[in-house]
Amino acid sequence: MNPGELIPHLFRTEYRKIVSVLGRRFGFEHLEMAEDITSETFLTATQSWGLEGIPENPTAWLYRVAKNKAKNFLQRQKLFETRIAEELRISDAIVEREIDLSPQNIIDSQLHMMFAICHPSLSQEAQIGLALRILCGFGIDEIANAFLTSKETINKRLLRAKQKLRDERIETDVIITQIEQRLEAVLRTIYLLFNEGYYSINQNSTLRRDLCLEAMRLCTMLVEYDLTNKGQANALLALMCFHFSRFDARVSKRGEIILYEDQDPSLWNTDLISKGGYFLKQAAGGKEVSKYHLEAAIAFWNTQKSDSKEKWERILQLYNHLLQLEYSPVAALNRTYALSKASGKRHALIEAEKLDLKGNQFYHALLGELYTGIDNTKALTNLEKAICLAKTPADKQALQKKVDKIRADT
Amino acid sequence: MEEYLILMRLDLITKEAQPSPEQMQEYMKIYNDWVGSIAAQNRYIGGKGLSTEGKVIRSKDMITDGPYAEIKESLAGFIMIKARDLDDAVNIAKGCPILEGDNSVEVRKVVAVHGEG
Repeated sequence: MNPGELIPHLFRTEYRKIVSVLGRRFGFEHLEMAEDITSETFLTATQSWGLEGIPENPTAWLYRVAKNKAKNFLQRQKLFETRIAEELRISDAIVEREIDLSPQNIIDSQLHMMFAICHPSLSQEAQIGLALRILCGFGIDEIANAFLTSKETINKRLLRAKQKLRDERIETDVIITQIEQRLEAVLRTIYLLFNEGYYSINQNSTLRRDLCLEAMRLCTMLVEYDLTNKGQANALLALMCFHFSRFDARVSKRGEIILYEDQDPSLWNTDLISKGGYFLKQAAGGKEVSKYHLEAAIAFWNTQKSDSKEKWERILQLYNHLLQLEYSPVAALNRTYALSKASGKRHALIEAEKLDLKGNQFYHALLGELYTGIDNTKALTNLEKAICLAKTPADKQALQKKVDKIRADT
Repeated sequence: MEEYLILMRLDLITKEAQPSPEQMQEYMKIYNDWVGSIAAQNRYIGGKGLSTEGKVIRSKDMITDGPYAEIKESLAGFIMIKARDLDDAVNIAKGCPILEGDNSVEVRKVVAVHGEG
């Protein structure tokens, strides 16, 4: 590998580790300095490796350079602080302690930063943005891409979030009670990160895959750590494994979305399905049944290709339970679909008509599907509404196919 | 939307009226489908089933065993829902599957103690 290939690869895996260790050590007051030093380290590598060739152990080289740069910064900081407040005698200890880039401290630092970032005073958007920047090492343009927004918006969002962390004097080191209190927020952030990758209308499938993998990586760290190895975390990881097992089967070579019924199950990743099964079993230990447990169980049934009444009955009951915990339009629509599979379209139509979701693309698509063969005029009206509302060409195409089929059959 | 309490009363005492475990499972499925349907409309607020164990206190020294029942039915569970008005709430309550048997359902509007109500 030449430096041009190696450095982006190392940036992907090492940036987040270095920035977490430095960020935790410097505190949120100097988080930007931690980011700058980490970026500079890679810049130095680009220059030096281009001239002198790749060192024997590139990762160790990066750590050494980052350590030196960090040490210089801490020394300057100490000089600055002692000059303005000599009598305070602060920060001696801060400089003395080595910058520790050992595997254990890298993991510890990433966990601390994860819980520090998911502080209740930050908005959900800010938490996700910071998680992508600090915990996943995403660039500003990648984050902007993931959220289909501009670099300026993301920059502003991150700056505001960092300002808040400073203003509120939030610590980068978290204590056990904070870990317990914030676990739910951390899981929610990971869950949203995954959904952004899995369900987003973004056409960039490499980026979407990365988002999913990052969410799974962060959640894996949680289940490998005693204090956070809780039922909910295992359930969330199971859920992501089951979903991600179909990632490749969902998209055709030309980039079109392939609907669940039409997917080739031989493309489903069976390793991930059994991994999901393992974590779902681990999740079952405690008394609590969280929404992640229910969604993971539903996702498990979706990995079973059979179309049996039993399967749909189980899925229906899980959605009944899930909706009682937390309402969402998607869950309401999926429940109605499961009902149609378990008890028939006519029964499901009565329930579908009770849902107040007019103007929702997927609601009209579902009504179109349920009315097909029962009242084709209503089916067509709804499918056409759904086409108007659809946001991507692939969605419009899939719906148009259904319209064409009804027209051909009548 | 207003909040309503749906109280479900069943005969929990007469031995012959109690369902077998298999029947119970079937009843629970139908009941969960009904609650799931309410929740899918974003109208479910909360609810619980009640154990048959209990005590009734009439005055400090008059305590009797068992759930309170002037008639053969006693309170077996409740759910809270959102509804436009009493008629709307009654319509939802009419779907309660316990009404397939000789049981009753009571609908009551929740009156806020604080704030607007």
